[in-house]
This record gives sequence, C-alpha cells and structure tokens, in this order.
Amino acid sequence: MDFRFDIIAEYAPFLLKGTLLTIGLSIAGILIGTVLGLLIGLGKMMKNKLLAFPFTLYITFFRGTPLFVQILLVHFGVVPLFLGETNAIYAAIIALSLNSAAYIAEIFRAGIESIDKGQMEAARSLGMTHVQAMWNVILPQAFKRMIPPLGNEFIVLIKESSLAAVITAPEIMYWGRAMAGQYYKVWEPYLTAALIYLVLTISLSFLLNRLERRLKTE
Amino acid sequence: MIQIQNLKKSFGDNEVLKDINLNIAPQEVVVVIGPSGSGKSTLLRCINLLESITDGHIHIEGKDITDKKNNINKMRQEVGMVFQHFNLFPHKTVIENLMMAPTKVRKVSPEVARNKGLELLKKVGLEEKANAYPSSLSGGQKQRVAIARALAMEPKIMLFDEPTSALDPEVVGEVLEVMKQLAKEGMTMVVVTHEMGFAREVGDRVIFMDGGYVVEANVPKELFENPQHERTQAFLSKIL
Repeated sequence: MDFRFDIIAEYAPFLLKGTLLTIGLSIAGILIGTVLGLLIGLGKMMKNKLLAFPFTLYITFFRGTPLFVQILLVHFGVVPLFLGETNAIYAAIIALSLNSAAYIAEIFRAGIESIDKGQMEAARSLGMTHVQAMWNVILPQAFKRMIPPLGNEFIVLIKESSLAAVITAPEIMYWGRAMAGQYYKVWEPYLTAALIYLVLTISLSFLLNRLERRLKTE
Repeated sequence: MIQIQNLKKSFGDNEVLKDINLNIAPQEVVVVIGPSGSGKSTLLRCINLLESITDGHIHIEGKDITDKKNNINKMRQEVGMVFQHFNLFPHKTVIENLMMAPTKVRKVSPEVARNKGLELLKKVGLEEKANAYPSSLSGGQKQRVAIARALAMEPKIMLFDEPTSALDPEVVGEVLEVMKQLAKEGMTMVVVTHEMGFAREVGDRVIFMDGGYVVEANVPKELFENPQHERTQAFLSKIL
C-alpha cells in the first residue's frame, strides 16, 4: 500500500477551509443550541402541563429521529420554504442547532432540577421573583454541574456536523469525499479527516476540563 | 401584625393544617413547639407563602397575603425567613449572600448594600468572614450568616424554621444568642424550635401544635409548668 502524502498536501488548503467551516458550524450550533436549549428546557419544566407539552414534543421529535433525516428535511424542505432556494450552510446550522437544542434542553433541565429546592425557597423568601432567583441563584450553580454533559454534547456536535457533507456544505468531510472521489483513495482522505476531527475534539475537551477545574476551585 | 384565620393546608388528601387561628402582635416572640408532623413548619411556610394556602386567610400588617392582587414578592421582602438547612448561596461569598437581595430586589447600590452587610455581619460576630465562601464555615456560622442575610432586607417579621436542629450541640448557643439579641431589639419573631430553654427564656408566648391544630397557647411559664391539655402534658413529659 503506497500512502500518497502528495494528494493530502494538494488538498490541504481545501481541508483547512473545511476545518474552518466545521469549527464555524459547530460554534454556531453550540451557541444557538444552548440558547434554544435553555428556553426549551425551562419550557418543559413549566408547571402547567398543557404549556409544557409543545416543548416535550419538540424534544421527543429531535431526539427520536436521526440527525441525517433532520438535515435533509431542513435542507430540502424548511429552508426553501422560507428563502425560496436552499443554502447548505444555513441548513446545516439550523439542523445542528435544532438537534442539539433538544439534548441541551434535557441537560439544562437535569442541571436545574439537581439544585436543592431550598436554594429557590431562600431566594424567594428574600423577595426575589422566580426569574431573579433562577438567574442569580439556580442557573450559576446548575451551570457548573452541566459542564461535563454539555462538553459531551459539544463533542458530539462537532462530529455530527460531518453529516452536512451530504448536503454539500463544504466542511471537512465534503473535501474528504471529494478527494476520495478524485483519486479513488480511501485511507488518505478519511484518515486525514479523522485526524482533524480528533484534534478538534481533543482540544475542546482540554478546554472544558480547564474550565471545569477553574470553576471548581472558585 | 400577623392575623391567621381558619388556615387550612392540604398536601393532596393529607390535611396538615386544620383550622389554625392565631394573632401575633408587633414585637412579639412566638415559639411554636410540637411533635414532628404536627404542622408547625408548614404553618411557618404558609406565612411566607412558600406553601400555597388551601383555605383561610393570613393578614400581614392588614394586607391579605392570600389575595392574588397583592404582590407576593413585595410582601416577602417584609418577612425574613431562616431555614433549618441554612440555604446559603454556595456560589457566592458571605458578603455577596447578604448583598444579593438588597441590590437585585430593592435596587440598593452595591456600596450601600456592602456597608449594611458588613454592619450586620459585625452584629452576628462574623465580620472577618465577609469574603469567605459558605462551604468554609461551620454550621453555627452558616446559620448566623443566614440570619444576617434575612436581616439585610430589613424585614418587619422574622420566621425561624428549626434554626438549630441541623447544628452540632456546641454551636447551638451562638445562634440562639443572635436570636435573643434580635428579640431584645423588638423584632417580631415566629420560631419553630425544639429548644425549650429558648422558648422559656425568650418567648412571649408558646404555642403547642399537634395533628394540625393549635392545641394550647400560653405564656411560657404557664404552658411549661401548668399545661392544660392532655396532649401538651404528654409531649412535655417526653422532652423535659
């Protein structure tokens, strides 16, 4: 087996661009997914079962169907519906955000529910509103506990962004497949792609570990 | 100051408070005693609306707190509460615990809140712990901070829910001392406790609760030395 480093070198600029897009897709998915996830998580925790139902439904749908299907639905269905034509990058960001929001919602809910209810009672007894108590007392504590599961979700998100290749969003796997197609090679493109993903996920878990340790010592 | 009329509270089918009637005068220190499950903590939590009321009325300074038109958050600002398990905010330092409610709720400036907080910490003897985190304090210190935190909102009434029950015996005294001081200053207090010495010494009135009713209420000396009701006698004979 002759391993052709020259084709990797040839594709390096594209893979670099692809890596930047993968990072971009992931960051957008994480940020939008976190904001949406918080709202959906809080929505699901509402005492009124009727009001909470749509949020439960959302989580059930997005956790219960494959991301691949969701990406295709958004790319060929949802985005054209609103924009007239589709756009692979928008579609990838939307699908990743909606999907991760469902998981993050459950992480938020579990984090919030893990805080002793005496904390809420103490805050309310001091005259704080529910929102003030949530924001100043519950969420800062819950957030610390949510870092490990959130980190997991972010790592999953980076890896799953590779599915965007099938809707031609030019991220890492898109260029990997292009390279494989051009040279009829397997090891060079896919091992290179795997290595890039590894570097990304290892860097992220390193950052999250540091953040976790910093917050612990505070 | 506090008028409780026909108060009833149920958790599902379980009626915990059955027709409570009680008036508490300004500056009065009322100590509530009784066996566990008698409803004394629930009564206290109803006064602060931490438990919703099933039936009846509670008026604080003439305002019906069960009336939906009255702002619960506003009323809670006037009623401080101290919990058995302190419930300090562990992610904030001691002084930040004291400053949070005044700055967020009353919109007091941080400098004013800090000065007031330090003054209160001095009062409970913990000035030097201002920048410590709650996890580094002993139980007695935590509870004194919790009292100071409640006082930071300048409440007119203080509720104490078994404030010394979770403490090691040797630190109970320091918490009771702070409470005694508070009573001396004329704070209206409702205290649920098992500390009979405190009830006797500081209480203006002792209320014995059992099975969701106020069985007997009297000045401490009378209630302890000459209990009228059989159930009060039985309870006191077990603990004294």
